[in-house]
Amino acid sequence: MSFERTLDRLEEIAVALDRDDLPLEDALALFEEGIAKLREASATLSEAEGKVRTLVEEADGVFEVRE
Amino acid sequence: MRAPGETAEDAITVADLNETAKLVIEGAFQRLWVKGEVSNFTKHRNGHWYFSLKDSSAQLPCVIWSRDVRRIPTAPSEGMAVMAHGQLTIYPAQGKMQFMVDSLEAEGEGLWKKAFDETRARLDKEGLTDPARKRRLPRFPRTVAVITSPDGAALRDIIAVIARRHSGVSVVVIPAAVQGETAPDSLLKALDRLARWHATAVSPPDVLIIGRGGGSREDLWAFNDERVARAIAACPVPTISAVGHETDFTIADLVADLRAATPSVAAESAVPVLAEVQQGLRALAGSMADALEDKVQRGARDLRVRGDGLSQRARRLVERRRARVQQVAGRLEALSPLAVLGRGFAVARGASGGTLSRRDAFIPGSSFDLLLQDGRIRALTESVHEDAPHLRSSR
Repeated sequence: MSFERTLDRLEEIAVALDRDDLPLEDALALFEEGIAKLREASATLSEAEGKVRTLVEEADGVFEVRE
Repeated sequence: MRAPGETAEDAITVADLNETAKLVIEGAFQRLWVKGEVSNFTKHRNGHWYFSLKDSSAQLPCVIWSRDVRRIPTAPSEGMAVMAHGQLTIYPAQGKMQFMVDSLEAEGEGLWKKAFDETRARLDKEGLTDPARKRRLPRFPRTVAVITSPDGAALRDIIAVIARRHSGVSVVVIPAAVQGETAPDSLLKALDRLARWHATAVSPPDVLIIGRGGGSREDLWAFNDERVARAIAACPVPTISAVGHETDFTIADLVADLRAATPSVAAESAVPVLAEVQQGLRALAGSMADALEDKVQRGARDLRVRGDGLSQRARRLVERRRARVQQVAGRLEALSPLAVLGRGFAVARGASGGTLSRRDAFIPGSSFDLLLQDGRIRALTESVHEDAPHLRSSR
């Protein structure tokens, strides 16, 4: 799942949790999912290492991103 | 020696004369600017432009060769007041004086504005500039593609801003010439590369920044190129245009999904501040925990309310019982022997307080108490008899 989708899902969960008619068991399940997604998102943020590279097209039309 | 053409015998050819006249004219006039109104403008299919410059009393035939046409933003309109720069010459084949124009400018913004408006009108008509077409930028891009000059200040600014905001975002540069005659083709090629790379890349870019730093109107002109605009509109990822400064407005800006005033602003629009994203995550975690906490507390409150209801019901139950007990007590009181005393009966009580209801409880010579409704009589058992016939018969 992309980082963006993970965050979208997190926001969905937060909104769903706010609903009054959500049964407690469902709330707990959502909360657990939310925590897992949060960990995932935080891990993604901390592992990403930004680089500046240049797109190079080889003679055979293959693309390469070079440092 | 006689000069050529001085006599009929020395007549020179038309070609020689025209060639000579051409040299004389070209030698006599430096390259210069001429102003007038455009008339009889035609584009020849070989790419050259022909027209006349005229004023109220004179006209001058003009030509712009196709190689020079490329530098002119667009064709002038009929009657447009222009300034033409070029060389006065003679076209020997027709013996005609003509002005070879190498650049053409209209009053004020003239030709540039006309070119801009024409391109814009065509794109408008096709809906390519429609705000409804604009795509939403990704909120959290992992990779930002940048089409610009690899040596320009724009690229340095973009990289610096992205690194400052979010060290985890990658930048992939697709180099292109951003000014000069080759710029439109170079930009097109870069856009084409991006599209083909996007189709095959494992981690394709999420957003494109295309642009350059500030410059003259001519420097920025490639970003008004119609083909470049169409390629930007067709770009597979959302686009941010960033051309020149705040005041520079280009066709690329019209078709891009977002127009950024400068390359730095483009980078800011493309990439969120990491600390803010992390803050947002924390806030989300907080709000989820709050929501859950809220739910649990509401559950507890519900339980309490329900429990309170239960004890209230219990209390009411007890009260109802108590009322019944009191009722029964009233009835009992009605049955109390003390009440019977009121009706004229007496109760005999022994020394220990017990009621003496049978004759063998009375021992002759012993004393006992007689309880009446208003007092007590100490009495002495005189004798005990077996029966009380009037009572027995009433049973």
